[in-house]
Amino acid sequence: MVQDISILVGGKAGDGINSASAVIAQLLNQLGYYTYIYFDYPSLIRGGHNFAIIRGSDTPIGVHKTTVDFVLALNQDTIANHKMRFKETTLTIFNSDVVKAEGQGISVNGVLKTENAPVIMGNSAIIGAFAKAAGIPWDIIIKVFPAYIPKGTEINLRVARRAFDQVTPVYPVESIGSRRLCLITGNEAIGLGLIAGGLSAYVSYPMTPSSSLLHFLAENAQRFGITVVHPENEIAVILMALGFSYAGERVAVGTSGGGFCLMTEGVSLAGMAEIPVVLVVSQRTGPSTGLPTYTAQSDLHFIVNAGQGEFPRFVVAPGDTREAYYWSAVAMDVAWRYQVPAFILADKTLSEGTFSLDPADLPELSLGEPIDWDGKPPYRRYAETGSGVSPLAFPGTNGAVVKVNSYAHDEFGITTEDSGVVTQMTRKRMRKAALLAEAMETFSTVSTDGPANAGTALVCWGSVQGACREVARELGLRLIKPVVLSPFPELLLNRTLQGVRRLIAVEENSTGQLAALLRFHGITVDAMVLHYDGRPITPDILMDRLREVGV
Amino acid sequence: MTGRQLVTSAQNTWCPGCGNFTIQHTLKTVLAGMEQEGTRLDDVVLVSGIGCHAKIADYLNINSFYAIHGRAIPVASGIKLANRELKVICCVGDGDVYAEGLDHLIFAAKRNIDITVIVHDNRVYGLTTGQYTPTSPLGFKGKSTPMGTMEYPLNPLELMLASGATYIARGYTKKMDLLKTLIRGAIDHRGFSFIDVLQICATFLNLTDHYNTHTRDLPAYDRSDALLACEKIREWDYNSGAPIALGLFYQRKAPTFDEQLQHKSLPKTERLLRTREFLATRQ
Ligand SMILES: Cc1ncc(C[n+]2csc(CCOP(=O)(O)OP(=O)(O)O)c2C)c(N)n1
Ligand SMILES: [Mg+2]
Repeated sequence: MVQDISILVGGKAGDGINSASAVIAQLLNQLGYYTYIYFDYPSLIRGGHNFAIIRGSDTPIGVHKTTVDFVLALNQDTIANHKMRFKETTLTIFNSDVVKAEGQGISVNGVLKTENAPVIMGNSAIIGAFAKAAGIPWDIIIKVFPAYIPKGTEINLRVARRAFDQVTPVYPVESIGSRRLCLITGNEAIGLGLIAGGLSAYVSYPMTPSSSLLHFLAENAQRFGITVVHPENEIAVILMALGFSYAGERVAVGTSGGGFCLMTEGVSLAGMAEIPVVLVVSQRTGPSTGLPTYTAQSDLHFIVNAGQGEFPRFVVAPGDTREAYYWSAVAMDVAWRYQVPAFILADKTLSEGTFSLDPADLPELSLGEPIDWDGKPPYRRYAETGSGVSPLAFPGTNGAVVKVNSYAHDEFGITTEDSGVVTQMTRKRMRKAALLAEAMETFSTVSTDGPANAGTALVCWGSVQGACREVARELGLRLIKPVVLSPFPELLLNRTLQGVRRLIAVEENSTGQLAALLRFHGITVDAMVLHYDGRPITPDILMDRLREVGV
Repeated sequence: MTGRQLVTSAQNTWCPGCGNFTIQHTLKTVLAGMEQEGTRLDDVVLVSGIGCHAKIADYLNINSFYAIHGRAIPVASGIKLANRELKVICCVGDGDVYAEGLDHLIFAAKRNIDITVIVHDNRVYGLTTGQYTPTSPLGFKGKSTPMGTMEYPLNPLELMLASGATYIARGYTKKMDLLKTLIRGAIDHRGFSFIDVLQICATFLNLTDHYNTHTRDLPAYDRSDALLACEKIREWDYNSGAPIALGLFYQRKAPTFDEQLQHKSLPKTERLLRTREFLATRQ
């Protein structure tokens, strides 16, 4: 039997829905499930309606389902706004002080009053009630609470226990094994991957959905021995990062589309001056301010093309925490080995979604070393080499005059308008592009799933892989996903596409940006499923949409 | 490296009589002096924006980051935060730093980051052939304002005082000895140092006569007294015919951003270990 359970928890902003969902996911983790959390919230601080869908499964998952098995309601909206999520068997547990519903009500106020606990602990009552209804043993709650609710653990436990005792078990969620995975968000995975890749400074200006990466690294700056700076705007962010890099520190920046608009001049500078830098860009619904807290995949062309002039760049779009960790480390490595800007293109679904990560399953990192100067003066920052990559030296090095330049420059980094030198330096940069493309051939730049001999294939990128994988497995389709988008893995894609008779692109944008990129590289898609309401496409919606295109 | 040849072989393209020559010569003299006193010039970095002034990055044979228009200061800040041993000097233009990149100037002063900013203030956009800048006098007829500007200039020193700069000075390219003292003082000062250097633009705004007749030395007063400094700073508003005081207006000691943000760097392997430790807390 397939083990698959979904829990919707909803309330007002400020009700602690996010932390409740983290605890519930961890409870499922302790029962041996793979978990995933989708967190949905409007762009405001208090009020409104927040909800999370926590899903547990016996296979790895990266998306929620529309319907759920449990509804935990801290406000009436959780019932009213989610009609489509209810099945006949859905059990509702609700705060009877403010919610009218069928199911098991508990008076959260009553519980809090008896335990003399503050209002913010109301979510612990709902967790306790859920645990009992789902037949989760009390000792698992005792194990999970201290890590997730370090402040006032005792009193939160008492609140949970009182609610626990008021409910009867209805729908036991069985333990399915002893596997315990790590529950982290996409942004945390990116942060950890960057650190594994040698990150020593992170510079960022807050912008959802990248902000939680800034917060995570700032909070853990000492633990990881890194510097975290939040300057006056994104222009300062990218330029400050280039300063760090010029001085020899491995640096990354983080933002979303709007902030990245301000960085483009700096990105072009990095391309011209050959300064390594990693940019984490997490997409949200656009254009402009758009839907700040909702998802999209509409910045692919922007990222692949941003910045005036031509220069090589690396762009990777991880689809889950495992890929986010691994490819973030690789992006840092690539930036430094080839002295190019390297992008990690994420989206809200990945950045703020929580996924199960198996540390034992992380690919081995085989990172290279940048080429250092041999110490023989005079140092030429842009020295001609066969590969196009010039040896690095940093200011402060004995005998090295390190000159970088945004103007067209000669080998020493001095401005030139000489046609010969300009041609030579352009070729040098383009040789790096070829070298990088060649190096990427040894990486798994395209991921696949589903039966290898299926004639119909879905092609997608980024976090949409969660829904695509489930549907591909269920319908017996092949799934093909380019993870690296620049340099475009044309060779490997063509090889992977052998035997495919029908190719369907699935993307969270309204124009089919990957499909256009594929076309540019001579690969035609036969149909597109495009989804652009700010919400991640779920397997059931995708299934319906595929039927419409004749699958 | 000692006794370094301080000028590169790059061909100099400043107009004859340009104030940039004086600033470059003065900076060269200061650097040579520092080298004689034992400073490794390998530890000096020059950061520039874009404009006529910025060509100094090509001309001086020291580490340089020839950045983009208006953005020298964030680059310099990143360099300083990455390596506190480095002495970081920004050569910026008045269009560059008071228009395009004003935000960075204010914030660097506010943070009191230990860098030196030398503004080549010719009060005009030189390289783009003569448009008004934030310090051009009211009514200045540039190519983009043929009828004359309708904006009063801003007083950058006053702005710097309000922003938290801890070393504020004004120089003039025809007073080289003073300029030398000011630049050396700025480099030695621990904290954010700012010098507005009045320089003529030989082609688009030649104020030589006005500066020669109106500049004078600042009198003696307690340089750490912000109120007194403010009074002196406000004597000339970059517009009136008032006397133009030159010298160090203000200086005080304060903690710097870079010393407060010092981080303990960890070896690679240790960092990797810590990512694994972190993952375990979520298991
Ligand atoms: C983003 C951007 N905008 C405009 C320009 C064009 N530009 C180059 S130099 C300059 C003005 C230079 O004036 P200033 O900073 O006063 O330097 P000066 O030439 O007077 O030394 C401008 C507008 C540019 N290079 N980049
Ligand atoms: Mg100027």
